Amino acid sequence: MNLLSLVVSYLKAKPLNTLLNIVLLALGIAVITILLLFSNQLKEKISDNTKGIDLVVGAKGSPLQLILCNIFHIDFPTGNIKLYEADRLAKHRLVKSAIPLALGDSYQNFRIIGTNRQYMELYKAELASGDWWNADMEVVVGDNAAKLLQLKEGDKFESSHGLTKEGSAHEAHPFLVKGILKKTSSVIDNLIFTNIFSIWSVHDEHDGEKHTADSMSNPSRLVPSVESSDSTKEITSLLIKYRNPIAALQLPRYINSQTSMQAASPSFEAARLFSILGVGVEAMTGFAYVIIFISALSIFIALYNSLKERQYDLAIMRSMGASKSKLFMTTLMEGTTLTFLGSIIGLALGHGVLYLFTALVEESQKTGISAMIFYVEEVYLLVGSIVLGIICSLIPAFQAYRTDIHKVLAGN
Amino acid sequence: MSGIFRRSGISSKTGMIKTRSLSYSYCAEGKIQFTDLTIQTGEQFLLLGESGSGKTTLVHLLGGLLRSQQGTIEVHGTDITKLSESALDRFRGQHYGFIFQRNHLISALSVEKNLLMAPFLAGLKQDKERVAEVLNQLGIGVKQHAAIRELSLGQAQRVAIARAILNKPSVILADEPTSALDDKNCDRVSDLLMSIAEQNKATLVIATHDQRLKNKIKNLIQL
Repeated sequence: MNLLSLVVSYLKAKPLNTLLNIVLLALGIAVITILLLFSNQLKEKISDNTKGIDLVVGAKGSPLQLILCNIFHIDFPTGNIKLYEADRLAKHRLVKSAIPLALGDSYQNFRIIGTNRQYMELYKAELASGDWWNADMEVVVGDNAAKLLQLKEGDKFESSHGLTKEGSAHEAHPFLVKGILKKTSSVIDNLIFTNIFSIWSVHDEHDGEKHTADSMSNPSRLVPSVESSDSTKEITSLLIKYRNPIAALQLPRYINSQTSMQAASPSFEAARLFSILGVGVEAMTGFAYVIIFISALSIFIALYNSLKERQYDLAIMRSMGASKSKLFMTTLMEGTTLTFLGSIIGLALGHGVLYLFTALVEESQKTGISAMIFYVEEVYLLVGSIVLGIICSLIPAFQAYRTDIHKVLAGN
Repeated sequence: MSGIFRRSGISSKTGMIKTRSLSYSYCAEGKIQFTDLTIQTGEQFLLLGESGSGKTTLVHLLGGLLRSQQGTIEVHGTDITKLSESALDRFRGQHYGFIFQRNHLISALSVEKNLLMAPFLAGLKQDKERVAEVLNQLGIGVKQHAAIRELSLGQAQRVAIARAILNKPSVILADEPTSALDDKNCDRVSDLLMSIAEQNKATLVIATHDQRLKNKIKNLIQL
């Protein structure tokens, strides 16, 4: 016999009460755990994906949309910008580097991005197999996209117009898979890459009048295979890195007021996005705390009520030599055992639900959120719930401490 | 043995339990004055009196369940009225076995665990063989692992007796152990208590208004 086995026996003696208390707390803890895992990982993903990009320049529209489309590849493009305008901006003295993006096609919901190798360097992408694209209509496929589409080197596929499955197929222009990328846990895992000219040639009715670089008088800086003065060519956006801090002050204002294009800062828009999402997260967290509060109340009531039934147990234990503080400890341990079990199960439940979610919902796999990541906050949750157990068993424990053995044993 | 025990010295073989000018009052006017008691080691005493005569109060005072307001209670040479709260708790656990009218078993625990609570709370070694031995002695060895709710009233009473004597206490205090029982069971329980106390060489004090016990125990204190 020891105190723990006594406490466990008491909890087992009322299985339904015990179950209710544990489930209530576990539910609250699980919700908090899921939110914690979700928002922490989302924050990490956002900062990972925006690393090295100071400014996104695209057609005028919603700045948030511009970021969502061109960095996270979830929203639709705001429109196109003229290549020659983008070219002019790329040569600006405050711009250190500029990466062009051309969007518009997809294959089975996975976006095909027309860009150059600089983009791959930005995300430190490495080839798992095969080679980079060299010629037009050659693609390199991100790790997750390759897995889900079951693509391998040498495969051919026809893209469809637009960014959803429903778009019409470009049957005349099949893409050839040249390489597969290593897993990076960033957005590029879910993308397919090619050069910009391929995106154009899929869409142009009268196929590419492509020039070789040396035959051109003034090749475009962004897409060297066309003339920089070519006014027919358009791209979706430009990812810019500043040359110096002054650029952060001058460049966005210059672009927004002096050109027909729009500039949006990823970090600013991500923060704005997070504050929008934050309202939802806060509401859910508040809800979870309400559940936890109710569970604490329920544990308190259960302990308080059981004291009445157990006053003889307590008195007889005193008569057998138990000190007052031992009775105090017993009640305290009962409360903390409940909250400890509740929070352990809650943490497991949180990870479990997220695991099922990521395993079953295909869209969630694209976000790269994992259920098997553990944060230090979870330890705080555990410690916090033990403290909660102490708090809600404090009054019952004090009652147990004060049990008047003479009165209880004399008054039949 | 506790330090307190040694300090006071095991000088008195003269009296296992000795009270001097003991009194207790629940309210200003109702003061109960107890006659001085001297009970020798191994003696069996009956405290007889009507309800409200102070039997339970005296048993609780003797057992250290209730703090006396006046007078001294010496048990095995230790004045328990002078002990601190925690020393008294320890003393109770190591020297007393209590039996009450209702058995007060902990229903969440099995018979065996109920019995093991006694050495656990007294800070003594927990010995399952001793549990089996005592249960067999009382004829309920088969119930060692039973749940409390599976016991009949008589069996539960015997488990309570087993719990009281498990630690081989030097004093067994029983408060109305038979008043809820019919004649046959009254006989059995009182015989059991007396023989168990004798076997363990323990002092037995039974407080009761049950006149049936008068024939069995000759040492009588009328309250």
